[in-house]
Amino acid sequence: MVWVNAIIQGVLIGGLYALFAAGLSLIFGVMRLVNIAHGDLIVLAAFLGLVVTTTLGFHPLTALVIVIPVMAILGYVLQYVLLNRTMGSDILPPLLVTFGLSVILQNGLLEAFSADPQKLNAGALETASLPMGSLNIGLLPLLMFVVAVCVIAGLQWIFYNTALGRAFRATSDNAEIAQLMGLNKNHVFSMAMALSLAVVAIAGIFLGTRTSFDPAGGPARLIFGFEAVIIGGLGNLWGTLIGGIILGVAQGIGAQIHPGWQQLAGHCAFLLVLAIRPTGLFPKVSH
Amino acid sequence: MACTLIILATAPLWAGRSDLRFLSEVFLYLGLAYLWNVLAGYAGLVSVGQQAYVGFGGYLLFALAMNISITPIALLPVVGLAGMLIAVPIASLIFRLHGAYFAIGTWVIAEVFRLSAAQISSLGGGSGTSLPVSVVKSIAASRSDRESFSYWAALVVLLLIIGLMFLFLRSRTGLAMTAIRDNELAAESLGINIWRTKFMVYVITAGLTSMLGALIFMQKLRISPDAAFSVNDWTAFVIFIVVIGGIGTLEGPIIGTLLYFLLRETLADLGTAYLMILGATAILIMLLAPKGIWGLVNARFGIELFPMTRRVIFNKD
Repeated sequence: MVWVNAIIQGVLIGGLYALFAAGLSLIFGVMRLVNIAHGDLIVLAAFLGLVVTTTLGFHPLTALVIVIPVMAILGYVLQYVLLNRTMGSDILPPLLVTFGLSVILQNGLLEAFSADPQKLNAGALETASLPMGSLNIGLLPLLMFVVAVCVIAGLQWIFYNTALGRAFRATSDNAEIAQLMGLNKNHVFSMAMALSLAVVAIAGIFLGTRTSFDPAGGPARLIFGFEAVIIGGLGNLWGTLIGGIILGVAQGIGAQIHPGWQQLAGHCAFLLVLAIRPTGLFPKVSH
Repeated sequence: MACTLIILATAPLWAGRSDLRFLSEVFLYLGLAYLWNVLAGYAGLVSVGQQAYVGFGGYLLFALAMNISITPIALLPVVGLAGMLIAVPIASLIFRLHGAYFAIGTWVIAEVFRLSAAQISSLGGGSGTSLPVSVVKSIAASRSDRESFSYWAALVVLLLIIGLMFLFLRSRTGLAMTAIRDNELAAESLGINIWRTKFMVYVITAGLTSMLGALIFMQKLRISPDAAFSVNDWTAFVIFIVVIGGIGTLEGPIIGTLLYFLLRETLADLGTAYLMILGATAILIMLLAPKGIWGLVNARFGIELFPMTRRVIFNKD
């Protein structure tokens, strides 16, 4: 029974990893940008949630009303002012600029909040659970999973059913021609980053309610998100969800065998997929 | 240049203990910077996981020295060879990823190394271990001799790296590599085997990085997973050094290293703010002068310390 439990918990935590990954996958899809500071931005969102909950007395989930727009605006500005200057055929500038950003964010958060682990207090929601046979499923992990599915469905809908999504796809296919057709490339890229950081905001708040977090925790979240993207297959959002679930289950099983093997098992699952299916389990058919 | 070399080689005779330590640290960082520069600046392999090999080298040296009674310095070639060997399967795996995804892939490898090292209980597990006194004594009986030996070892490895790199970049393969960096498609159509060239560069730099790692922790006398596989210490700083100095040049890392240590000595009291300044400087350089400080100097004055540029010479008949 402990194994069934480990797997179910792994599936549910996989939802959180998919949330880490969705924003990463989105901006890579639109502009081939890999944001090294992605994990640090998730931690930043969690700290933002901490400030909102402690100063305004909000529940973490209500704090999303503030954290999502703030992160989205930050994303737009970041892309428009800084990252758009680095876009081009050379991969080095965006990589190094986001790497520098990651160091700045980590140390900025350290300066502002100290290295102490923090946690968002979600009150009764943290301990509430649904009895399912002989198992109890935590309400918070379940909610997290449902939200992850909704976020991915939402992103999928935006991509294929809205004018913004059409602009994303057009720019992704050929930025120069999209520009000729009257799209402002810089604006489209900035909108994509805004959307990515809106998802980061949700991921950050759930991260903060589920576990404790500290300024140094960003890189681990970047890596989990990245692994989910690669396992699922580049450019496939539903694949990313499954990638997150596989990662979560691998970690759950690893932790059940030996507490020190939790992360190691996740990395091994990733390397295994890389070894046998380098394009991921569900690669998007190239158009 | 010969003068500089003689002065540096005789440093244990004239320099104080703290100066000697400082100089070795400069050499080791310069070595790391050169190796990363070859990877990212010439071979186009942007790795953010070189701490994997620094830590691997350090841990391997500790493990060997604690089990075999040979002086650690004699073990350095073994460590280098082992670093190359372990890089072979790793390269064949992560070369499936490209560009920025390759970068994060190298980071995952470093994390796997760190988590695995924390599982080895004979090397202290998560809290690490110190080099036993008997091993430390086997380097040299007195402390000053030991420090001189470590210093010379660092200098020799650095010269080895610079020499190898210089020869390599001037060789056919080196030219092939620069061609790949400048235009991968064109290089391939000229018959260069891109995969094999990059693979070779990755494996050799891994071996040399492991040797540097072994030296770094031989000087520290203590190792732990977090220190050995630190992304900040062994990769972030190194990247900043190369980018600020001038990526893809041989002079850039020297300028970057000197500037890095200058900043560190003057601003280290600021703690976290210092790291933020370093990060911001790297971002600004990347945006405003992507070829770094040396790139600016070179464009303005056309100086080359290491003659690397090939020129077409027309013979008058």
